[in-house]
Amino acid sequence: MRRLPPVRTALLTALALLVAPFAHAIAPTRMPTPALQARYERLIHGFRCMQCQDESLANSPVSLAADMRRQIRQMLLAGKSDRQIRHFFVSRYGYFILFKPPFVLKTAWLWLAPGVLLITGAVSAGWVIRRRAALAATDDNDEDVPGEDDVASPGKHN
Amino acid sequence: MKSRYLIPLGVFAVIALLLALGIRQAPRKDLVPSPLIGKAAPVFSLPSLANPRTLVTSAQLRGHWYLFNVWGTWCISCRMEEPELLAIARTGVVPLIGLDWKDTRSDAITYLHREGDPYQKIAFDPGGLEAIQWGVYGAPETFLVNPEGIIVYKYIGPITPGAWRRDFLPRLPGGHAVAGS
Repeated sequence: MRRLPPVRTALLTALALLVAPFAHAIAPTRMPTPALQARYERLIHGFRCMQCQDESLANSPVSLAADMRRQIRQMLLAGKSDRQIRHFFVSRYGYFILFKPPFVLKTAWLWLAPGVLLITGAVSAGWVIRRRAALAATDDNDEDVPGEDDVASPGKHN
Repeated sequence: MKSRYLIPLGVFAVIALLLALGIRQAPRKDLVPSPLIGKAAPVFSLPSLANPRTLVTSAQLRGHWYLFNVWGTWCISCRMEEPELLAIARTGVVPLIGLDWKDTRSDAITYLHREGDPYQKIAFDPGGLEAIQWGVYGAPETFLVNPEGIIVYKYIGPITPGAWRRDFLPRLPGGHAVAGS
Protein backbone atom coordinates (compact mmCIF):
# COMPACT_ATOMS: atom_id res chain seq x y z
CA MET A 1 0.00 0.00 0.00
CA ARG A 2 2.91 2.28 -0.61
CA ARG A 3 2.67 5.59 -2.38
CA LEU A 4 -0.59 6.43 -0.66
CA PRO A 5 -1.04 9.11 2.00
CA PRO A 6 -1.48 7.81 5.58
CA VAL A 7 -5.21 8.58 5.74
CA ARG A 8 -5.83 6.53 2.63
CA THR A 9 -3.62 3.74 3.87
CA ALA A 10 -5.57 3.68 7.12
CA LEU A 11 -8.88 3.67 5.28
CA LEU A 12 -7.76 0.92 2.92
CA THR A 13 -6.42 -1.12 5.85
CA ALA A 14 -9.74 -0.74 7.63
CA LEU A 15 -11.54 -1.72 4.45
CA ALA A 16 -9.27 -4.74 3.97
CA LEU A 17 -9.96 -5.84 7.54
CA LEU A 18 -13.69 -5.44 7.03
CA VAL A 19 -13.57 -7.41 3.81
CA ALA A 20 -11.26 -10.14 5.13
CA PRO A 21 -13.98 -12.39 6.66
CA PHE A 22 -15.78 -12.46 3.31
CA ALA A 23 -12.60 -12.99 1.31
CA HIS A 24 -13.79 -16.29 -0.12
CA ALA A 25 -16.59 -14.40 -1.85
CA ILE A 26 -14.24 -12.14 -3.83
CA ALA A 27 -13.81 -14.23 -6.95
CA PRO A 28 -17.16 -15.53 -8.12
CA THR A 29 -15.60 -16.16 -11.52
CA ARG A 30 -17.32 -18.96 -13.43
CA MET A 31 -15.22 -20.98 -15.81
CA PRO A 32 -16.99 -22.99 -18.54
CA THR A 33 -15.93 -26.42 -17.28
CA PRO A 34 -15.30 -27.84 -13.77
CA ALA A 35 -11.76 -28.79 -14.82
CA LEU A 36 -10.95 -25.21 -15.85
CA GLN A 37 -12.64 -23.94 -12.70
CA ALA A 38 -10.39 -26.15 -10.56
CA ARG A 39 -7.27 -25.02 -12.39
CA TYR A 40 -8.35 -21.38 -12.08
CA GLU A 41 -8.91 -21.72 -8.32
CA ARG A 42 -5.57 -23.47 -7.84
CA LEU A 43 -3.71 -20.83 -9.85
CA ILE A 44 -5.20 -17.80 -8.11
CA HIS A 45 -4.33 -19.31 -4.73
CA GLY A 46 -0.73 -19.79 -5.82
CA PHE A 47 0.03 -16.20 -6.81
CA ARG A 48 0.86 -13.36 -4.47
CA CYS A 49 -1.00 -10.08 -4.73
CA MET A 50 1.82 -7.65 -5.49
CA GLN A 51 0.17 -4.78 -3.60
CA CYS A 52 -0.92 -6.47 -0.37
CA GLN A 53 2.02 -8.82 -0.40
CA ASP A 54 0.85 -11.38 2.12
CA GLU A 55 -2.40 -12.19 0.36
CA SER A 56 -3.02 -14.42 -2.62
CA LEU A 57 -4.80 -13.26 -5.77
CA ALA A 58 -7.77 -15.31 -4.59
CA ASN A 59 -8.13 -13.31 -1.39
CA SER A 60 -7.14 -9.82 -2.44
CA PRO A 61 -9.76 -7.11 -2.96
CA VAL A 62 -7.23 -4.84 -4.74
CA SER A 63 -8.04 -3.96 -8.35
CA LEU A 64 -4.62 -5.09 -9.60
CA ALA A 65 -5.42 -8.56 -8.22
CA ALA A 66 -8.74 -8.47 -10.09
CA ASP A 67 -6.88 -7.60 -13.30
CA MET A 68 -4.46 -10.46 -12.70
CA ARG A 69 -7.34 -12.89 -12.14
CA ARG A 70 -8.82 -11.66 -15.41
CA GLN A 71 -5.47 -12.23 -17.13
CA ILE A 72 -5.36 -15.81 -15.75
CA ARG A 73 -8.94 -16.45 -16.87
CA GLN A 74 -8.18 -15.21 -20.38
CA MET A 75 -5.05 -17.35 -20.63
CA LEU A 76 -6.91 -20.45 -19.43
CA LEU A 77 -9.68 -19.84 -21.97
CA ALA A 78 -7.01 -19.41 -24.65
CA GLY A 79 -5.80 -22.92 -23.83
CA LYS A 80 -2.56 -22.02 -22.02
CA SER A 81 -1.11 -24.57 -19.62
CA ASP A 82 -0.64 -23.87 -15.89
CA ARG A 83 3.08 -23.91 -16.56
CA GLN A 84 2.77 -21.23 -19.28
CA ILE A 85 0.63 -19.06 -17.02
CA ARG A 86 3.10 -19.38 -14.17
CA HIS A 87 5.94 -18.52 -16.52
CA PHE A 88 4.03 -15.48 -17.79
CA PHE A 89 3.80 -14.01 -14.30
CA VAL A 90 7.25 -15.05 -13.10
CA SER A 91 8.95 -13.51 -16.15
CA ARG A 92 7.23 -10.18 -15.39
CA TYR A 93 7.16 -10.07 -11.59
CA GLY A 94 9.91 -12.51 -10.57
CA TYR A 95 9.71 -15.57 -8.29
CA PHE A 96 8.36 -13.23 -5.63
CA ILE A 97 4.88 -13.57 -7.13
CA LEU A 98 4.77 -17.31 -6.38
CA PHE A 99 3.76 -18.35 -2.88
CA LYS A 100 5.72 -21.55 -3.48
CA PRO A 101 8.86 -20.56 -5.38
CA PRO A 102 10.67 -23.35 -7.28
CA PHE A 103 13.87 -24.88 -5.95
CA VAL A 104 16.57 -23.21 -8.05
CA LEU A 105 20.04 -21.91 -7.18
CA LYS A 106 18.69 -18.42 -6.42
CA THR A 107 16.06 -19.74 -4.00
CA ALA A 108 18.07 -22.61 -2.50
CA TRP A 109 18.81 -20.76 0.75
CA LEU A 110 15.09 -20.05 1.13
CA TRP A 111 14.27 -23.75 1.06
CA LEU A 112 17.31 -25.03 2.94
CA ALA A 113 17.59 -22.45 5.72
CA PRO A 114 14.72 -23.83 7.89
CA GLY A 115 16.16 -27.36 7.75
CA VAL A 116 19.67 -26.15 8.51
CA LEU A 117 18.36 -24.10 11.45
CA LEU A 118 16.29 -27.05 12.73
CA ILE A 119 19.24 -29.44 12.58
CA THR A 120 21.54 -26.89 14.23
CA GLY A 121 18.96 -26.40 16.99
CA ALA A 122 18.40 -30.13 17.49
CA VAL A 123 22.13 -30.89 17.58
CA SER A 124 22.88 -28.14 20.09
CA ALA A 125 19.85 -29.08 22.22
CA GLY A 126 20.99 -32.72 22.21
CA TRP A 127 24.50 -31.64 23.17
CA VAL A 128 23.26 -29.51 26.07
CA ILE A 129 20.92 -32.27 27.33
CA ARG A 130 23.72 -34.85 27.25
CA ARG A 131 26.06 -32.56 29.16
CA ARG A 132 23.38 -31.86 31.78
CA ALA A 133 22.70 -35.58 32.13
CA ALA A 134 26.42 -36.29 32.50
CA LEU A 135 26.73 -33.56 35.16
CA ALA A 136 23.72 -34.86 37.07
CA ALA A 137 25.19 -38.38 37.02
CA THR A 138 28.47 -37.09 38.52
CA ASP A 139 26.55 -35.25 41.24
CA ASP A 140 24.73 -38.47 42.27
CA ASN A 141 27.98 -40.44 42.52
CA ASP A 142 29.91 -37.94 44.62
CA GLU A 143 27.63 -37.38 47.57
CA ASP A 144 30.43 -36.14 49.73
CA VAL A 145 31.22 -33.11 47.64
CA PRO A 146 31.92 -30.31 50.15
CA GLY A 147 30.00 -27.81 48.07
CA GLU A 148 26.77 -29.81 48.55
CA ASP A 149 26.89 -29.48 52.30
CA ASP A 150 27.61 -25.78 52.03
CA VAL A 151 24.53 -25.30 49.85
CA ALA A 152 22.37 -27.23 52.27
CA SER A 153 23.75 -25.55 55.39
CA PRO A 154 21.66 -22.35 55.47
CA GLY A 155 18.56 -24.51 55.92
CA LYS A 156 19.91 -25.98 59.13
CA HIS A 157 19.79 -22.69 61.01
CA ASN A 158 16.01 -22.57 60.80
CA MET B 1 35.33 -23.97 31.08
CA LYS B 2 33.94 -20.44 30.90
CA SER B 3 34.40 -20.39 27.14
CA ARG B 4 31.28 -22.48 26.54
CA TYR B 5 29.20 -19.58 27.76
CA LEU B 6 30.61 -17.60 24.85
CA ILE B 7 29.06 -19.95 22.28
CA PRO B 8 25.48 -18.56 22.55
CA LEU B 9 26.94 -15.07 22.47
CA GLY B 10 28.85 -15.96 19.29
CA VAL B 11 25.70 -17.45 17.70
CA PHE B 12 23.77 -14.33 18.68
CA ALA B 13 26.47 -12.11 17.13
CA VAL B 14 26.34 -14.08 13.84
CA ILE B 15 22.53 -13.91 13.64
CA ALA B 16 22.56 -10.20 14.52
CA LEU B 17 25.14 -9.57 11.79
CA LEU B 18 23.10 -11.50 9.20
CA LEU B 19 19.93 -9.62 10.10
CA ALA B 20 21.75 -6.28 10.02
CA LEU B 21 23.11 -7.09 6.55
CA GLY B 22 19.64 -8.19 5.44
CA ILE B 23 18.08 -4.92 6.53
CA ARG B 24 20.84 -2.96 4.85
CA GLN B 25 20.50 -4.92 1.61
CA ALA B 26 16.74 -4.53 1.44
CA PRO B 27 16.06 -1.03 2.70
CA ARG B 28 12.61 -1.09 1.14
CA LYS B 29 10.65 -4.30 1.22
CA ASP B 30 8.00 -2.85 -1.06
CA LEU B 31 10.37 -2.44 -4.02
CA VAL B 32 10.34 -5.69 -5.95
CA PRO B 33 13.16 -5.83 -8.51
CA SER B 34 11.92 -6.34 -12.07
CA PRO B 35 13.03 -9.42 -14.00
CA LEU B 36 12.33 -7.47 -17.20
CA ILE B 37 15.49 -5.39 -16.98
CA GLY B 38 17.79 -6.37 -19.84
CA LYS B 39 14.87 -8.02 -21.63
CA ALA B 40 12.80 -6.82 -24.58
CA ALA B 41 9.99 -4.45 -23.72
CA PRO B 42 6.51 -5.90 -24.34
CA VAL B 43 5.18 -5.58 -27.86
CA PHE B 44 2.01 -3.53 -27.73
CA SER B 45 -0.56 -1.74 -29.84
CA LEU B 46 -2.98 0.37 -27.84
CA PRO B 47 -5.43 3.16 -28.58
CA SER B 48 -4.08 6.61 -27.97
CA LEU B 49 -5.56 8.58 -25.07
CA ALA B 50 -6.29 11.65 -27.14
CA ASN B 51 -7.79 9.84 -30.11
CA PRO B 52 -9.17 6.28 -29.77
CA ARG B 53 -8.85 5.75 -33.52
CA THR B 54 -5.07 6.23 -33.58
CA LEU B 55 -2.76 3.62 -32.12
CA VAL B 56 0.36 3.89 -30.01
CA THR B 57 2.56 0.90 -30.83
CA SER B 58 5.92 -0.43 -29.74
CA ALA B 59 6.89 -0.58 -33.44
CA GLN B 60 6.60 3.23 -33.71
CA LEU B 61 9.05 3.58 -30.82
CA ARG B 62 11.79 1.35 -32.26
CA GLY B 63 15.04 3.14 -32.97
CA HIS B 64 14.65 5.73 -30.24
CA TRP B 65 15.31 5.92 -26.53
CA TYR B 66 12.13 6.52 -24.59
CA LEU B 67 10.75 6.66 -21.06
CA PHE B 68 7.64 4.57 -20.55
CA ASN B 69 5.78 6.14 -17.64
CA VAL B 70 2.82 4.33 -16.06
CA TRP B 71 0.42 6.77 -14.43
CA GLY B 72 -3.21 7.58 -13.72
CA THR B 73 -5.12 10.60 -12.51
CA TRP B 74 -6.23 8.60 -9.42
CA CYS B 75 -2.58 8.16 -8.41
CA ILE B 76 -1.46 10.80 -5.91
CA SER B 77 2.25 10.04 -6.35
CA CYS B 78 1.86 10.55 -10.11
CA ARG B 79 0.54 14.06 -9.43
CA MET B 80 3.58 14.69 -7.24
CA GLU B 81 5.80 13.49 -10.07
CA GLU B 82 4.16 15.65 -12.74
CA PRO B 83 6.40 18.77 -12.37
CA GLU B 84 9.52 16.64 -12.75
CA LEU B 85 8.09 14.95 -15.84
CA LEU B 86 7.40 18.39 -17.34
CA ALA B 87 10.99 19.40 -16.53
CA ILE B 88 12.33 16.23 -18.19
CA ALA B 89 10.18 16.90 -21.25
CA ARG B 90 11.63 20.44 -21.46
CA THR B 91 15.21 19.11 -21.53
CA GLY B 92 14.36 17.21 -24.72
CA VAL B 93 16.86 14.48 -23.76
CA VAL B 94 14.40 11.62 -24.10
CA PRO B 95 10.71 11.50 -25.09
CA LEU B 96 8.13 10.43 -22.52
CA ILE B 97 5.59 7.84 -23.54
CA GLY B 98 2.71 7.54 -21.09
CA LEU B 99 0.59 4.55 -20.19
CA ASP B 100 -2.61 5.92 -18.70
CA TRP B 101 -3.47 3.05 -16.37
CA LYS B 102 -6.98 2.21 -15.14
CA ASP B 103 -8.22 5.70 -15.79
CA THR B 104 -11.08 7.34 -17.61
CA ARG B 105 -10.44 9.25 -20.79
CA SER B 106 -12.20 12.41 -19.67
CA ASP B 107 -10.39 12.53 -16.29
CA ALA B 108 -7.02 12.11 -17.97
CA ILE B 109 -7.62 14.67 -20.71
CA THR B 110 -8.95 17.26 -18.24
CA TYR B 111 -6.00 16.65 -15.93
CA LEU B 112 -3.37 17.03 -18.68
CA HIS B 113 -5.09 20.14 -19.99
CA ARG B 114 -4.93 21.71 -16.52
CA GLU B 115 -1.50 20.53 -15.32
CA GLY B 116 0.42 20.38 -18.60
CA ASP B 117 1.21 17.40 -20.80
CA PRO B 118 4.79 16.07 -20.65
CA TYR B 119 4.11 13.13 -22.96
CA GLN B 120 4.91 12.72 -26.62
CA LYS B 121 2.36 9.91 -26.89
CA ILE B 122 0.00 8.35 -24.40
CA ALA B 123 -1.37 4.81 -24.66
CA PHE B 124 -4.67 4.18 -22.92
CA ASP B 125 -5.05 1.08 -20.72
CA PRO B 126 -8.37 1.35 -18.86
CA GLY B 127 -8.56 -2.42 -18.28
CA GLY B 128 -5.10 -2.71 -16.75
CA LEU B 129 -3.95 -5.75 -18.74
CA GLU B 130 -1.16 -3.87 -20.55
CA ALA B 131 0.35 -2.82 -17.21
CA ILE B 132 0.54 -6.51 -16.23
CA GLN B 133 2.55 -7.16 -19.40
CA TRP B 134 5.13 -4.72 -18.01
CA GLY B 135 5.13 -6.25 -14.53
CA VAL B 136 3.65 -3.08 -13.07
CA TYR B 137 2.31 -3.35 -9.51
CA GLY B 138 1.86 0.30 -8.59
CA ALA B 139 2.04 3.75 -10.07
CA PRO B 140 4.07 5.62 -10.99
CA GLU B 141 6.57 3.25 -12.51
CA THR B 142 8.97 4.36 -15.23
CA PHE B 143 10.92 2.21 -17.69
CA LEU B 144 13.87 3.38 -19.73
CA VAL B 145 13.85 1.62 -23.11
CA ASN B 146 16.72 1.76 -25.61
CA PRO B 147 16.53 1.97 -29.44
CA GLU B 148 16.71 -1.84 -29.70
CA GLY B 149 13.57 -2.07 -27.56
CA ILE B 150 15.39 -3.42 -24.49
CA ILE B 151 14.33 -2.28 -21.00
CA VAL B 152 17.50 -0.75 -19.58
CA TYR B 153 16.18 0.42 -16.25
CA LYS B 154 13.03 0.59 -14.14
CA TYR B 155 12.28 3.22 -11.55
CA ILE B 156 9.52 2.64 -9.00
CA GLY B 157 7.81 5.65 -7.42
CA PRO B 158 7.75 9.34 -8.35
CA ILE B 159 10.88 10.50 -10.19
CA THR B 160 12.66 13.23 -8.24
CA PRO B 161 15.20 15.68 -9.72
CA GLY B 162 17.90 13.69 -7.87
CA ALA B 163 16.72 10.37 -9.28
CA TRP B 164 16.65 11.85 -12.78
CA ARG B 165 20.27 13.02 -12.48
CA ARG B 166 21.55 9.94 -10.65
CA ASP B 167 19.57 7.05 -12.15
CA PHE B 168 18.39 8.11 -15.61
CA LEU B 169 20.82 10.61 -17.18
CA PRO B 170 23.98 8.47 -16.82
CA ARG B 171 22.21 5.65 -18.70
CA LEU B 172 21.26 7.85 -21.64
CA PRO B 173 23.63 8.66 -24.53
CA GLY B 174 25.09 12.12 -23.93
CA GLY B 175 23.37 12.15 -20.57
CA HIS B 176 26.62 12.80 -18.70
CA ALA B 177 27.06 16.13 -20.42
CA VAL B 178 23.52 17.19 -19.50
CA ALA B 179 23.95 15.91 -15.95
CA GLY B 180 27.08 18.05 -15.59
CA SER B 181 25.56 21.26 -16.92
